[in-house]
Amino acid sequence: MTTDMLGKSVKRVEDRRLITGGGRYVDDIKLQSMAYCAILRSPYAHANIRSIDTSAAKAMPGVLDVMVGTDIPYNPLPLAWPAGGSAGLQNNVNTPRALATDSVKWTGEGVAAVIAETPEQAFDALEAIVVDYEPLPTVVDAEKATQPGAPQLHENAPNNIVFDWTVGDKAGTDAAVDAAEVVVRQRIVNQRLIPNPMETRGDIGLYNPGTDEYTIWMSSQTPHIQRILLAIFVMGIPEHKLRCISPDVGGAFGTKIFCYADYVVVLHASKRLGGRAVKWIESRRENYQSTIHGRDHITYLEIAGSKQGEISAVRVKTYANLGGRLSTIGPGIPTTLYARVLSGCYKIPNVFAEVIGVYTNTVFVDAYRGAGRPEATYVIERAMDLFANEIGMDPAELRRRNFIAPDKFPYENPSGLGTASGGAKIYIDSGNYEPAMDKALAMAGYAGMDKAKAEARRRGKYLGVGLSTYIEVCGVAPSKWIGAVGEGWGAAMWESANIKVHLTGKVVVTMGTQPQGQGHETTYAQVIGHELGIPMEDIVVQHSDTQGTPMGYGSYGSRTSSVGSTAAIRAAAKIREKARRYAAHMLEASVEDIEVDGAEYRVKGSPDKKKTFQEIAFALDLAFDAPEGMEPYLDETAYYDTPNCTWPFGTHVAIVEVDEATGHVDLVKYVAVDDVGNKINPMIVDGQLHGGIAQGVGQALWEGAVYGDDGQLLSGSMLDYAMPRAAWFPHLELDETVTPSPVNPIGVKGVGEAGAIASTAAVANAVNDALKPFGIRHLDMPLTSQAVWKAMQSSKGAQA
Amino acid sequence: MAAHLSVTVNGTVREADVEPRRLLVQLIREDFDLTGTHVGCDTSQCGACTVHVDGKAVKSCTMLAVQADGSDVTTIEGMASAEGLHPLQTAFWEHHGLQCGFCTPGMIMTAAALLASNPDPTDDEIRHAIAGNFCRCTGYQNIVIAIRAAAAAMRAGSTAGAAS
Amino acid sequence: MIPAAFDYVRATSLDDALARLAADDGAKVIAGGQSILPLMKLRLARPETLVDIGRLTELQGVRRLPDGRVAVGALTTYAAMIADPILGHYGLLRDALPNIGDTQVRNRGTIGGAIAHADPASDMPAILLALDAEVVARSATAERTIPITSFFEGAFDSALRPGEIITEIRLPGGRDDVGSAYSAIEQPASGYSIAGVAAVIGARSGDRWGLCAVGVTGVGEHPYRATAVEQAIRGGASVADAATHATDGITVASDIHADREYRTHVAAVQVRRALEAAAARLG
Repeated sequence: MTTDMLGKSVKRVEDRRLITGGGRYVDDIKLQSMAYCAILRSPYAHANIRSIDTSAAKAMPGVLDVMVGTDIPYNPLPLAWPAGGSAGLQNNVNTPRALATDSVKWTGEGVAAVIAETPEQAFDALEAIVVDYEPLPTVVDAEKATQPGAPQLHENAPNNIVFDWTVGDKAGTDAAVDAAEVVVRQRIVNQRLIPNPMETRGDIGLYNPGTDEYTIWMSSQTPHIQRILLAIFVMGIPEHKLRCISPDVGGAFGTKIFCYADYVVVLHASKRLGGRAVKWIESRRENYQSTIHGRDHITYLEIAGSKQGEISAVRVKTYANLGGRLSTIGPGIPTTLYARVLSGCYKIPNVFAEVIGVYTNTVFVDAYRGAGRPEATYVIERAMDLFANEIGMDPAELRRRNFIAPDKFPYENPSGLGTASGGAKIYIDSGNYEPAMDKALAMAGYAGMDKAKAEARRRGKYLGVGLSTYIEVCGVAPSKWIGAVGEGWGAAMWESANIKVHLTGKVVVTMGTQPQGQGHETTYAQVIGHELGIPMEDIVVQHSDTQGTPMGYGSYGSRTSSVGSTAAIRAAAKIREKARRYAAHMLEASVEDIEVDGAEYRVKGSPDKKKTFQEIAFALDLAFDAPEGMEPYLDETAYYDTPNCTWPFGTHVAIVEVDEATGHVDLVKYVAVDDVGNKINPMIVDGQLHGGIAQGVGQALWEGAVYGDDGQLLSGSMLDYAMPRAAWFPHLELDETVTPSPVNPIGVKGVGEAGAIASTAAVANAVNDALKPFGIRHLDMPLTSQAVWKAMQSSKGAQA
Repeated sequence: MAAHLSVTVNGTVREADVEPRRLLVQLIREDFDLTGTHVGCDTSQCGACTVHVDGKAVKSCTMLAVQADGSDVTTIEGMASAEGLHPLQTAFWEHHGLQCGFCTPGMIMTAAALLASNPDPTDDEIRHAIAGNFCRCTGYQNIVIAIRAAAAAMRAGSTAGAAS
Repeated sequence: MIPAAFDYVRATSLDDALARLAADDGAKVIAGGQSILPLMKLRLARPETLVDIGRLTELQGVRRLPDGRVAVGALTTYAAMIADPILGHYGLLRDALPNIGDTQVRNRGTIGGAIAHADPASDMPAILLALDAEVVARSATAERTIPITSFFEGAFDSALRPGEIITEIRLPGGRDDVGSAYSAIEQPASGYSIAGVAAVIGARSGDRWGLCAVGVTGVGEHPYRATAVEQAIRGGASVADAATHATDGITVASDIHADREYRTHVAAVQVRRALEAAAARLG
């Protein structure tokens, strides 16, 4: 009997190659007579381009070609997700160019590309390109950019506004705020972040003149989507003439979802060279300047309720910085994925949000781990602490009083998820929030915090404790919701899996999702091994190539475990059913009489009359004895569209100590109780949580992309952007509650983003709690030593 | 002006003619086709390119290939032996010390240097030793656990070796 | 990521290196490369020729001089200094060395390279300032000794002349009646100091400290001796009071990580902490 590995902490299949140096990332691929591309980037954040002189560069040794924007037949990149949902909403759209033509809108925008025999020659030639710029005034702050007199980036976007989008019942929310006993108001900044996957982006373009077909190797989360976007919307070629291959991807965190300029450059460059492969590898500096950033919201929050702690309304106005031009789904992040989940896990009856998307002279902002939901969680979790503080209630108690009760699911929240678009109902599938919070509070020693604070004071430290009782929307998404014209991103989001059973009974699974470190080769094998009753070793999981995998929408939004795995389960069910029919034929029984137990197909009541899965696969492959009407071979594909999203939740508790003398914040304890439903592989789930928590803590304490007023990226390298290091973390203490999702057969919810969504608010709440003795209500992130010390100083000054 | 150099890589003498500006990491990746050593930054911060030169962990992006002429270089490809994986490789696998795997080779090389000088490090010592290796996936937790486990396995192995 | 092209020569001896430097205005020295290579990769430094002195064993290692002082060869790496038993007697080195750079940088980075680079936020200069070290520099024609207190002249600018190579750094011998310590607050991204302070303090005789030397890095245009702090201590001020003079007469730096006000404040905090720790080591 094969051991069923579903739900077990199985070692990862992909690791052997990765721990021995056998991983194959884009930069590891060398093709015959491959040329190298380097991209010249604008030193100005805002300028008109008067002229570009490439003649000297073209004469440099080894230079094969120098391209500028006008060399690209169709230059603008596509926008896949404008803000939508309300009638008459206008998006003032400007998308990036493959290479800039008349103007640049941020420091680092690509202006020209050199293709040379070696990378050295390509870089050397960049210095010989002469660009005549006419510098223009700059604005980098989203709120300031909308003010009268601000520099204007685009003619079609007055006051730099991309859209002014609203959601929720304005009149009801206004009335509830007006009527409330207590209203707390706070301006909250969610700072801009640089995502920093350890592998930067990169790609290799290859044109085949013999077939007129293109291939691109790309470090991407979405090869199938890129095929659609690049072929149809940029290159003007049919989809079947473009093959997208995403090999091992060295982390992504959202940054590798999108359609980037360099893809277009290397494809055209290869064609211009008559079919020589052209490789471009992004430097870290370029990654900082010209791959998407995340977050960057300025929010005016109002939270209203009673002195007894009953929250009646949340009203926000958010300025979302979208950068100089729009990334692929940039507008969808601060609208649908942010404002529609603003009420979190609370039964807040009135929610209204206005989101103003804004152009600034910064690189585009798009989905970064969590994508809108961390921003929403940060607002509502800070709001709960601010309100608790105002009415003198324990923050945990305030949360407890406002949780959606366990008997209220499925729950429709008031900021409109239920009526998003296309008439599809998106509701919170399940939840039971109090037990998770109670468990976390007990683990953290929450009851003894006053004593701990007093003890810390004796050491010159201020101790603080912070909670984050988050929920997340995962498993994106029903196509009738996300794919609907209006609010959706205009594309479906179903998922796919194909299973082929070879004659020896070995199984090849291909899927439309695309891993970036999550271990899909392992988890899919666990799921399919369970479904077919065969050992994981008999299964190989393949992905990442539009040739040979079924169409799918890729991996992001914590969707693979719930949507992708369900597609795999359905494909396995089809395999099982066909195997059962053939077993009936082999055993001369009726199909109804065949019972399946793992890999055994036997006749009910006659346990010795049986065939193994391998025997059936062998016979069906040779097919000399196949019954009339039955196709040979076990090969089944399933496409699965989820009926709903999934909703993980949990409580994270952070304990920090603030050094009074320097303002330095030390994270001393971190507890996380997460409910991600059932788990395919608990070890991998924990790993996802660890990494997510670390990224979220990074935002709270250290990380921040800083642009100068002139649009120069001051945090332009890892020397100035603080990547979290090992020594800055305590051992993270994890536990769970399990509320299986009713949405999918395994009961999983997704865990790729939960840690990052929860931890930022927990740590920020802890630091603000530590600063309470100074009368500080709210301090914006990152909570650096300087920021904390200055806040303490100004409050000391105010008290004096 | 090309310079001729000779380096012993993972026990094998390799020769190359390179421009002086060739970095050791490019020599390893481009000239010797050992692509397990990665480049994650351009400011000598991230440690993905860590290899051993004459037994010491160094960032191969911050050393010229010509500076390694005549040296003994070990990369991740040289860690496993005929007997099997290095204990650190086993421990990273066993304890889920990697996700995307991009930082992993450098992380293992730094950890190996740590364990060579400190066979029984505390968690704090491990976290301090990998300060020059960034990981964005794991939050470092399972990396620390894996290094601690590898240290224990190596101590047990050397005790067993001494006894036999 | 790719440096501009340059010529490379590996020096066979110190004299060979000095002769090559003297013959070529565009030549720069490379030792461990931990300072110059990052700059070259971003093309912020573009030497025409690199003279590699990395293998000159004559410049490596730590030895005691006949007069009791300690000479540290310019090519001694941080890792070698950490392992050296003579240097292990200096409390401030024990504090500082394990936190300079990271494991890999400490294996390649050298003491001579660190001070020749004259980074205004590097830790080693503050330490050498507090120790009243001497820098020995040689050119093709002469050798001279430069007091460390007149070595740093600006950001990335030192008293080292074109054609000169630092050969060794001389430290006073360890003394039992002196305590020393290093205390810093780091810029989290780079690990360089926002304010790093090296303190050396002599045993009290009566109500006065025997000696006091305080080196500060990360704060001013270049690393400096906090003479106002030293005077206050010698004048009998408390450590806490003396520390408030940490930036007297200094143009305090400001950047995205620490503005002038904060840097001024934490400089004083680190001076206090370093002096307290140094005094504590006196027992």
